[in-house]
Amino acid sequence: MTIDKVWVFAEAKGDKVTSATLELLTKAREIGSTVEAIYAGDNAEAIAGQLGEYGATTVHAIDAQGALPGQVAAAAIAIGAAEHAPDVILFAQTYDGRDAIARLSVKLDRPVLTNGFTLAVEGGKLVFGTAIFGGTTMVDCELSSDAPHLIAVRPKSFTAEPSGGGAAAVNVVGAVDAGRAAESKVLEVFEEEQIGPKLEEAEIVVSGGRGIGASESYKPLVEELAKQLKGAFGASRAIVDAGWVPYALQVGQTGKTVKPKVYIALGISGATQHLVGMKNSDNIIAVNKDGEAPIFGVADLGIVGDVNKVIPALKDAIAAKQG
Amino acid sequence: MNVVVCVKQIPDPSVPGQLEADHTLDRSAKPILDESDSYGVEMALQLVDAAGGGEVTLISLAPNGEVSGLRTALAMGAAKAVLVSDEACSGTDALGTAKLLAKCVERVGDADLVLAGTESSDGYTGTVPAQMAELLGWPALTFAKKVEIADGKVKIQRQTEAGYDVVEASLPALVSVTAGVVEPRYPSFKGIMAAKNKPVDSVTAADLGLEGQVGWAGARQSITNVTQAPAREAGEKFEDDGTGAEKIVAFLENLKVI
Ligand SMILES: Cc1cc2nc3c(=O)[nH]c(=O)nc-3n(C[C@H](O)[C@H](O)[C@H](O)COP(=O)(O)OP(=O)(O)OC[C@H]3O[C@@H](n4cnc5c(N)ncnc54)[C@H](O)[C@@H]3O)c2cc1C
Ligand SMILES: Nc1ncnc2c1ncn2[C@@H]1O[C@H](COP(=O)(O)O)[C@@H](O)[C@H]1O
Repeated sequence: MTIDKVWVFAEAKGDKVTSATLELLTKAREIGSTVEAIYAGDNAEAIAGQLGEYGATTVHAIDAQGALPGQVAAAAIAIGAAEHAPDVILFAQTYDGRDAIARLSVKLDRPVLTNGFTLAVEGGKLVFGTAIFGGTTMVDCELSSDAPHLIAVRPKSFTAEPSGGGAAAVNVVGAVDAGRAAESKVLEVFEEEQIGPKLEEAEIVVSGGRGIGASESYKPLVEELAKQLKGAFGASRAIVDAGWVPYALQVGQTGKTVKPKVYIALGISGATQHLVGMKNSDNIIAVNKDGEAPIFGVADLGIVGDVNKVIPALKDAIAAKQG
Repeated sequence: MNVVVCVKQIPDPSVPGQLEADHTLDRSAKPILDESDSYGVEMALQLVDAAGGGEVTLISLAPNGEVSGLRTALAMGAAKAVLVSDEACSGTDALGTAKLLAKCVERVGDADLVLAGTESSDGYTGTVPAQMAELLGWPALTFAKKVEIADGKVKIQRQTEAGYDVVEASLPALVSVTAGVVEPRYPSFKGIMAAKNKPVDSVTAADLGLEGQVGWAGARQSITNVTQAPAREAGEKFEDDGTGAEKIVAFLENLKVI
């Protein structure tokens, strides 16, 4: 199979295309000759410039009908795919990306490959790579099903690079019948005021684990340090499951993958499932009172100590420097 | 109100994973209830309780007739279970799993709500729930961190990057829940004893009318290469003798981030 047309399921936050989408568009240019975006939302015109800049020639704009975009998009993509015959459709492994790829796989009766880390064309075949067992083992897969191939990739797997293309042409797809999927109506949107960068886009990430001791310690030890460094804050699954912080902050196999310039792990043991989400950071600093903690196996700078002592002192020292 | 809960039984994650020669997971260890699904079970029990009637039915696809994880969920208070266990299901992928589980929902009949985890701990495709909803022709409210039922509708708070969305659909519907939504109860001794006699309806792919559509052939994918990921080198490590903070400051200054 030669790969001609690649579609990318695009996502945006307001009028800004997500970095995961830009990463996929960049990869799509490498594996295919024509790259197009599909987008469920009413501001396709506003994002067509960014999509074009990263290689999409067209954006097929789907009416989300006030419902969860991933849930309704599948019906429109299935119709569009029959008409335009893409060879591959790429999704980011995000909340809406997963909704869309899941529904579409049923509509088209195609298997899905998810949690991709690598994607390449070898001998005319698409080779998909993922990691298992907490990122210690890499597995390559191929599909034997017919096109289009449905693939979801973890954000941060590829580097986004602009192609310098002009704005993508907007092809408005009329409202399609998505059946009861369209009933998933979004009534209200609550956004906690986000100060500083997003977890996946931050240059510096400070994460806390069970070693911070209590839910109340998260703010002074983790959040405040992150803010001082103009970074984002994250967490291990242990404290997400304990209900100390929301799931959106989880870093690791079943959470987010981050790749900041500096990752600071506070009171995190460094289980393989946590490491898989952060071990590709440029620099890793760990503070843990157990000198044998596996996190030290990946840390560039390890401090064997108590976060309750080291972090307040660190915050003071940084505050003094910043004046 | 009747709630069906998807529960996956997974190899104990504290035992290091291994692949068999045919690239399926080594499942020789006794499987346990996936922690991701313990939240769905607890949520279902609470919702049925609040509705003042109805029952919780579990559905699971597992090799070799495994029931140990199901027994845990039955001991928590679920009434009964449907288990798909069949040689023919070995190698089944996410879509095949969803096809089997959707048929189980139909077999149970009269479900108002299906609950699932957002992603399983061993497979973590995170697609099975929405695939099931599409197969059933139902709305799916995914990544719920809060679930409420009122007036024939289900309303959730859906996790987003920056907060949450309030999303609603009418029943019957499928909802996937994140970890931490509720605190799963520990089975009581009485619960554990009672679970031994609760009915488990064991079915095959053929019983569900899906012969030939599941297993390796249905998955239409193959593993072509397995390699060890390169390990990262450890750097310097210091005991904190009161200078730990200074060392971090120096490191950050060197990187020009402060
Ligand atoms: C299938 C599966 C998927 C998973 N996915 C993820 C995932 O996505 N992300 C994730 O993070 N985990 C994940 N986990 C869980 C993972 O295995 C670990 O259980 C989890 O990461 C542990 O979190 P923790 O390091 O905060 O807690 P712990 O392992 O309990 O470690 C706490 C650490 O804090 C240290 N400590 C205690 N007190 C102090 C102090 N005062 N000062 C300094 N240090 C202190 C201790 O020495 C210890 O090392 C997954 C597990 C499974 C089975
Ligand atoms: N074999 C299975 N048996 C029962 N439920 C499953 C199975 N596989 C997946 N599920 C359900 O689907 C959710 C998401 O799984 P996954 O798509 O594998 O990440 C899980 O948390 C379960 O609730």
